[in-house]
Amino acid sequence: MIQVYDSVIVRTVAKLLVPFIQVFGLYVVFHGAKSPGGGFQGGAILGASLILLRLTVGPSAAGNYLPGRSALRLGAGGVLVYAVIGLIPMLNGAAFLDYGSIPLPMLGAARHAVGIELVEVGVALAVSCIMVSIFDDLAPALRPAKMSQGKLT
Amino acid sequence: MNLHRWAALAALAVLFMTASTSLPPLRSGDAPIRTRVEPYYIEHVVEQTATLNIVSAILADYRSFDTFGETTVVFAAGLAVYLLLGRREDEAQ
Repeated sequence: MIQVYDSVIVRTVAKLLVPFIQVFGLYVVFHGAKSPGGGFQGGAILGASLILLRLTVGPSAAGNYLPGRSALRLGAGGVLVYAVIGLIPMLNGAAFLDYGSIPLPMLGAARHAVGIELVEVGVALAVSCIMVSIFDDLAPALRPAKMSQGKLT
Repeated sequence: MNLHRWAALAALAVLFMTASTSLPPLRSGDAPIRTRVEPYYIEHVVEQTATLNIVSAILADYRSFDTFGETTVVFAAGLAVYLLLGRREDEAQ
């Protein structure tokens, strides 16, 4: 049985660390075009930060990120982001995921860079949220409850 | 499984093993992927995608369809765990 870690030190350190982990995760996602990184790696770091909160702070209001089933829904949203970015070039008659035909006022190569970046965001969203969703299914007691009318249900 | 299926499976295995002998050896320098595909990426990646990280460019642009499938597989894994182990809202706790 997975339980919340009952130690003030662990909880405080985890709460302090989580913002830094998330900033680093965002850096890995958005700097993936210039340095090692990308959507999968950054998404894994972001998902790990939320799982750390669930393990230490627990399902209280303080750790109330992605409550209920919103992790799975946001993960589906990540796949949707990817699919929509792929469909936009088809509006101009180009092939699926042909970023060169994204209607933006810039050169073709820069359009490709934008397409890569947006797709990485979709991947990061999907990977991080699905990690949290799988963790929630394995440890449902640690999942933050859905807020309804201003109080926990 | 009945005999026909075993025979079909064995035939498929023999086919794959025979075909695998004509693959270029691992780390061979004159395989088509070394002589055509890799030089093309290395020469054109910056002018075509304006992305310095060649791994990201190949993953999310040249091989974007593959990565879309990977993302779908990740989502399918989450969905499968939810369908097998997930509890509904009212059942939690």
